[in-house]
Amino acid sequence: MPEHLIQNYTMNFGPQHPSAHGVLRLVLEMDGEVIERADPHVGLLHRGTEKLIEYKTYLQAVHYFDRLDYVSPQNQEHAFALAVERLLGVDAPPRAQYLRVLFAELGRIGNHLFTICAFAMDVGAMTPMLWGFEERERLMEFNERVCGARLHMGYFRPGGVTQDMPAGLADDIMAWTESFEKVVADLEALLSENRIFKQRSVDIGAIPAKDALDLGFSGPCLRASGVPWDLRKAQPYDAYGRLDFDVPVGKTGDCYDRYVVRLYEIRESLKIIRQCLEEMPDGPVKVDDRKIAPPPRAEMKGSMEALIHHFKLYTEGYHVPAGETYTAVEAPKGEFAVYVVADGTNRPYRCKIRSPGFAHLAAMDYLCRGHLLADAVSVLGSLDIVFGEVDR
Amino acid sequence: MEQGLLDLADYLEMALGQAVLEVDRSGRELCVVVHRDTVARVLTFLRDDVNCQFAQLVDLCGADYPERPERFDVVYNLLSLTHNRRIRIKVRTDEVQPVPSVTGVFGSANWWERETWDLFGIYFVGHPDLRRILTDYGFEGHPLRKDFPLTGYVEVRYDDEQKRVVYEPVKLPQEFRTFDFLSPWEGLPTLLAGDEKGSASDKD
Repeated sequence: MPEHLIQNYTMNFGPQHPSAHGVLRLVLEMDGEVIERADPHVGLLHRGTEKLIEYKTYLQAVHYFDRLDYVSPQNQEHAFALAVERLLGVDAPPRAQYLRVLFAELGRIGNHLFTICAFAMDVGAMTPMLWGFEERERLMEFNERVCGARLHMGYFRPGGVTQDMPAGLADDIMAWTESFEKVVADLEALLSENRIFKQRSVDIGAIPAKDALDLGFSGPCLRASGVPWDLRKAQPYDAYGRLDFDVPVGKTGDCYDRYVVRLYEIRESLKIIRQCLEEMPDGPVKVDDRKIAPPPRAEMKGSMEALIHHFKLYTEGYHVPAGETYTAVEAPKGEFAVYVVADGTNRPYRCKIRSPGFAHLAAMDYLCRGHLLADAVSVLGSLDIVFGEVDR
Repeated sequence: MEQGLLDLADYLEMALGQAVLEVDRSGRELCVVVHRDTVARVLTFLRDDVNCQFAQLVDLCGADYPERPERFDVVYNLLSLTHNRRIRIKVRTDEVQPVPSVTGVFGSANWWERETWDLFGIYFVGHPDLRRILTDYGFEGHPLRKDFPLTGYVEVRYDDEQKRVVYEPVKLPQEFRTFDFLSPWEGLPTLLAGDEKGSASDKD
């Protein structure tokens, strides 16, 4: 029988696939069950956010950031708020800084809950998803109580936050941090020593620190490779410099380590939340500059000047002095940054969004090569990809 | 700007010599404009030199300034974990002048260069796989250029008769609205807008 040259089989993973976490078309070149080459095709959710922001005022632009990574919207707003504040040369008042840190950490917990549970479901565990989402619902209720929206908050704005917490919310969050401890322990008991879970994640998609740095990894994915780097510690913004927390670091950088780092980060976030609630000072929640932050509603009823300020702020917006900044925050997925170029008008001249998921997804080929097809699902789940921010 | 960054700026000017075109020390962040052809050498130096150690290219993007002769900026944002510092490197180019790819220096540059090519049409020479990344298959034009309209040129819809997705020129049900916000926030100049006639009649 003559010998035949066997060609590799190329197949599509997605664009509609439950474990593609959205609309990802992943072209895989297979040698039997082994992945020879992975080529992610992204952009199916490209909405032109950066172009749209160039045509919106700074205040209108805030809301586009909610829609990037829709799993943890407030963390994106945080980056934009800090960038614009840096260009304007203002600082948010202390209470606003604590409020932002508080809700950024609630967002981080919500994100990690989602990621861990979705990752577990990708590799075959159904229960964590059901348990985790119950708690995520509580987090969204907190969001709703503070700003009126469950997901697209629009809460962190240049100059502070929109409004103060309603009475009783602080106590409820504090009570929740106590009851939530048990859920984290349950999740850990379900997954950390689970034989099937470990078989699907240990030593899968491992990346050493040197390559992780080269490929632009950040956040939990970089820390899982053993690089102790956290922007909240290294370049503290808002109230983070005054808070006490640890940075969990992994060893091997495989899917399992990325899961463990996230799990421990949830516990650290709980520590931060408790400290925030205890230390939060009283005072205003936005800067006392009527050219940036709107006047209180009550004042507008009596003061003509307040009314004019309100009208001008919500039609024209404020003019940001010319300059440019690259401002990064530690979002749950990694280093989320905005590069804003201001030209002195009321709109950003250029607003580049640096999303962590983009760099992580670019490493798919590196991580998947030589692994089995089923491992591609593990890798994708452990990288924490959300297409809102990858495609922008 | 903090002293460490100022020292670094002086050091870079000394070490890189001719490659450095401009150093911006005015803001809180250090920004260095370098010569286009030397960008790969500059980034390698920044990565490997013991006083720099910018181990990570955290971001690469384009920016469009159509009124300039070389209209595009390519912006490289680097991060040094060892020194806890950031630096911004810029390169200027136009529609036809290619920029050397830095994929050989930083692996993360691969997709960002593809993105910059896709959105701005800046060509990176030496890139292993310079395809479009964010826009549709078969897309024409480079949407983040300032002369590309916000609404684009074509829109898609599913055609029930042809049983496929068709592309058609954009039809706007409402005219695209832009407002002039360059009027002053406080006070008015001596000449009132819309009152040009009055001052014109004064001259007559």
